[in-house]
Amino acid sequence: MTQAFRIENGGLINREKKISFKFNNKSYFGYEGDTLASALIANGVHLVGRSFKYHRPRGFFGAGVDEPYAVVQLYRNGETEPNIKATEQELFEGLEAKSVNCWPNVNFDIGAINNFLKIFLPAGFYYKTFMWPKSFWYKIYEPFIRKAAGLGVASTKHDNERYEHKYEYCDLLIAGSGPSGLAGAYAAAKNGARVILAEDKPRFGGSLLTSDVNIGNQSGKDWAEGIIAELKTMPNVVVKNRSQIFGYYDHNMLVMSEKVSDHLPATKKYHPNKRLWYIRAKEVLISSGSIERPIVFGNNDTPGVMLSSAAKEYLKVYGVLVGRKPLVFTNNDSGYETAIEFKKHGVDPVVLDTRKNPVSEIIDEAKNLGINIKNSYVVVAAQGYKKVKSADIASISEDKKQLGEIENLQCDCICVSGFWTPTIHLASQSGNKTKFKDEIDAFVPGVSKQNETSLGAANGVFTLDETLKTSFKAGSELSKKLTEKDNEIAIPNVVEKKSSQHDKFWCVPLPKGKNYKRFLDFQNDVAVSDVEIALREGYRSIEHVKRYTTLGMATDQGKTSNLNGLQLVSEIENKVVPAVGHTTFRPPYTPVSIGAIVGREVGKHSKPTRKSPMHEWHEKNNAVFVDAGVWLRPRYYKKGNENLFEASKREAKNVRTNVGVCDVTTLGKIDVKGPDAAELLNRVYTNAWLKLPVGKARYGVMLREDGIVMDDGTTTRISENHYHMTTTTAQAANVLSHLEYYLQLVWPELNVNVVSTTEQWAGAAIAGPKSRDLLQKLFPNSDVSNEGLPFMGYIEGDLFGVKARIFRISFSGELAYEVNVESDYGNFMWEKIIKVGEEFNIQPYGTEALSTLRIEMGHVAGSELDGRTIPYDNALEGLVSKKKDFIGKRSLQRSAFTAEDRQRIVGVVPLDKQTSIPEGSHLVKDDKAQLPNPKLGHISASCWSVEYNNPFSLAILKDGKNMIGQKLFAMSPLKNKVIPVEIVSSHYVDPKGERVRS
Amino acid sequence: MLYINCPHCGMRSQNEFSYGGDASVKRPQLNKEISDKDWDDFVYNRKSLRGKHLELWQHISGCRQWIKVERDTATHEIFRTFKADEEVA
Repeated sequence: MTQAFRIENGGLINREKKISFKFNNKSYFGYEGDTLASALIANGVHLVGRSFKYHRPRGFFGAGVDEPYAVVQLYRNGETEPNIKATEQELFEGLEAKSVNCWPNVNFDIGAINNFLKIFLPAGFYYKTFMWPKSFWYKIYEPFIRKAAGLGVASTKHDNERYEHKYEYCDLLIAGSGPSGLAGAYAAAKNGARVILAEDKPRFGGSLLTSDVNIGNQSGKDWAEGIIAELKTMPNVVVKNRSQIFGYYDHNMLVMSEKVSDHLPATKKYHPNKRLWYIRAKEVLISSGSIERPIVFGNNDTPGVMLSSAAKEYLKVYGVLVGRKPLVFTNNDSGYETAIEFKKHGVDPVVLDTRKNPVSEIIDEAKNLGINIKNSYVVVAAQGYKKVKSADIASISEDKKQLGEIENLQCDCICVSGFWTPTIHLASQSGNKTKFKDEIDAFVPGVSKQNETSLGAANGVFTLDETLKTSFKAGSELSKKLTEKDNEIAIPNVVEKKSSQHDKFWCVPLPKGKNYKRFLDFQNDVAVSDVEIALREGYRSIEHVKRYTTLGMATDQGKTSNLNGLQLVSEIENKVVPAVGHTTFRPPYTPVSIGAIVGREVGKHSKPTRKSPMHEWHEKNNAVFVDAGVWLRPRYYKKGNENLFEASKREAKNVRTNVGVCDVTTLGKIDVKGPDAAELLNRVYTNAWLKLPVGKARYGVMLREDGIVMDDGTTTRISENHYHMTTTTAQAANVLSHLEYYLQLVWPELNVNVVSTTEQWAGAAIAGPKSRDLLQKLFPNSDVSNEGLPFMGYIEGDLFGVKARIFRISFSGELAYEVNVESDYGNFMWEKIIKVGEEFNIQPYGTEALSTLRIEMGHVAGSELDGRTIPYDNALEGLVSKKKDFIGKRSLQRSAFTAEDRQRIVGVVPLDKQTSIPEGSHLVKDDKAQLPNPKLGHISASCWSVEYNNPFSLAILKDGKNMIGQKLFAMSPLKNKVIPVEIVSSHYVDPKGERVRS
Repeated sequence: MLYINCPHCGMRSQNEFSYGGDASVKRPQLNKEISDKDWDDFVYNRKSLRGKHLELWQHISGCRQWIKVERDTATHEIFRTFKADEEVA
């Protein structure tokens, strides 16, 4: 296949290397260095999609980030990505892309019927129409809108690509590698500053790649290449292409998305697809350039109508002609530059200039080349459906209100230039108060709020000479402040052609009797008439106009449409543009892959995985693990074909009859040391702590200041001024912060230090009637009798040469101990316990059995201490001291907390003694009552009682104290269950607590 | 992301810190009678200030010290930071 629109020579592509690709299932080829857009245009393909609302044919409008039309679905290496701009996607071997937003295909799109119904689809149509009847929404309107309004299709597969995050610091960050960015970066680098220069395109140089200028006796492009080459050799400089700085956040933090692999057929092994840089810069130079804006005329969305600067870029960078009979429509000198390039390549353009008699060096050159120029002329409307075939043109009166006789001019593309809009997005995001500059009819940065400086075109400076001078100066002075070095740089001599003043004209009036659609926003099909409707209906704020009409929304965020929209509003409202103001610029400047934002923190990497020192043993012994906070804990140890229920029942039963061992390493542990340690505990816990003797443990409950239980656990007095505090696994970090808060801010006079020791100790809970016998064998030299180590006692022992802490505490309600050794000996301890325990029929038990044991004992845990309960609710009011003050005590006097019918923990047993009650079920008096059925309480935890061999649950129940013996219903609409139940005491097993003391 | 000058460690990014609320709140003394209203003010009632605000942050992934930060809630500008025991003039 020949590339009909590729010129013989020229461009920056590599003609040595052909690249084949597919678009809409048809094969084409392009060259290395092409974008998908340039390669398609070279092949004469101009129809790439359908518009959002009316499904009108869409071509290419720009050549880069501003592209509103050419959004495609990309297929690469078995993956698919939606909403890729063809103008940004570099060509690679085997690339496949498809049009979006058209069905059944781009050439014949059923949705285009909207185009003929467009009278029914003006601004606000969806808002007004789809409101009624209500029942139509889900079945008719919503699916219809979904089908019609979608852009690309997101992949539903797991994304196998890898995305990285990187944190970086620098003196100067420079956004954009055009003339101003290069000059600023170079001057700063020469002063020894740490510089990061970011360019979103693959090629450095910005406008220098396409402009006809000389810097220091070489072409602009060669000068740029020289500067980049030198910067790359400097150790204090990082130069990055394919890297878009898309957000300017607080305190000079900017975020950049680096496309590492998108230009390759497949991501290289160990490489990320994208890398997100968080850059904290001392100074930021914004050299983001400017974007050409269109002039609005009839059917200005027809494929073949494009920005004049884009046509020039396709020609100069890619060697591609956007047409062979170009019409250039301009209100300034930029159009002439494009016309001159066409002419130089043997194509005869026609230039329509809205100005009457402009004079400048550029225009002179065009005239000398014999280019056909028509002054005071405008394009009234483009003709052609899937591609421009001709243009209706007319002369225009000096006041720009009257059109002359309409003439038809054959052409195959219309290159339009309505002057330039500085790219002020980053500056505005930084908090810069932008201002309107009349000379260029656009907003420019004003007063900075952060350390940023806009340079060159981004600052509304459109001459190269001034751009280079100010940029060298800015780079030099800002870096001088930071490095205290001042290496003077000779500013090179610049040769450029002078331009004449542009014309403020931006919108061609409608000829009499014609009702052409004149589009402002090409991606969202927002026409002049839509904005007129919005204003007629009373929308005044530009932010409201934007949302009502969708002007400036979607993936291009109105890069080409915003300013014309403001012009229109200001004209209708009879205001000046700055009085209308612009909508807020928000990051990201361009769409950023969600994958890049998430980075590596996906799936199992979304949080760290912590494992106990005994983890490998658990794995070898068929443990099935469960996430407990960030920890992995054995849920049960599978034997044969057992399921969770069978295994946990077996394990729990063995604890009640023999002895079990459970890995409790994950419990939070805090060392509390200092002469005032007891006083701190006394203030933090609800019960009294001042008289706890050395060698004793005590159970404690701590509250938040609002009286809600924060955490519970045992704390042991190891020595005079040394306590070992335990917390629940989940609350460990919060409790430490809580203690630090009171020690550092509220009671700094207390002489206490706290430090987390969670990871320093490995823990094993040994529970069951035979646990003392086992313990004695493990510690033959220690007295572990009921007298030597009574309930809540603590001793230190020697475990086969390893120093161990032995606590007689119990969560299971059985006679139980907890042995701690230094983490490194955790596995040693575990294996000894299992080995020595064999003769007592020891079995390891997991968290499921642990829950069963605590539930039937009525011991509370996280499901009861859920941030909504006070001590009374958990039957812990006996631990609340009446004598001393403590954190949260005053709140317990609140009337709701002291109400007679206050909620309280109870036990729940199904009447049939068979049906397990789903956790979260509601307790109600009458299962047939009208909805909403008053809820009396909820099931907080459920188990199968191994003691009584029937289901048992705990519940937090209103007036629980007086409900024992009552019959209620547990309802779970989610599981569609209604279970008649009886309320019993929460202490289902061993209510007197004799076993733990035995 | 804010850039906070920890008085103990120097300039650090916000993701090393956790927020701790209004630093001007004083916990009532222990063992002292206090009215319902004063206690409610201490526990619940906070001004949602626009402008300069003295607030607590803990350098949780750093030195673990609680610090005071004078920050503008509207602009995020940070004026000064203090150690926990430093008096704010």
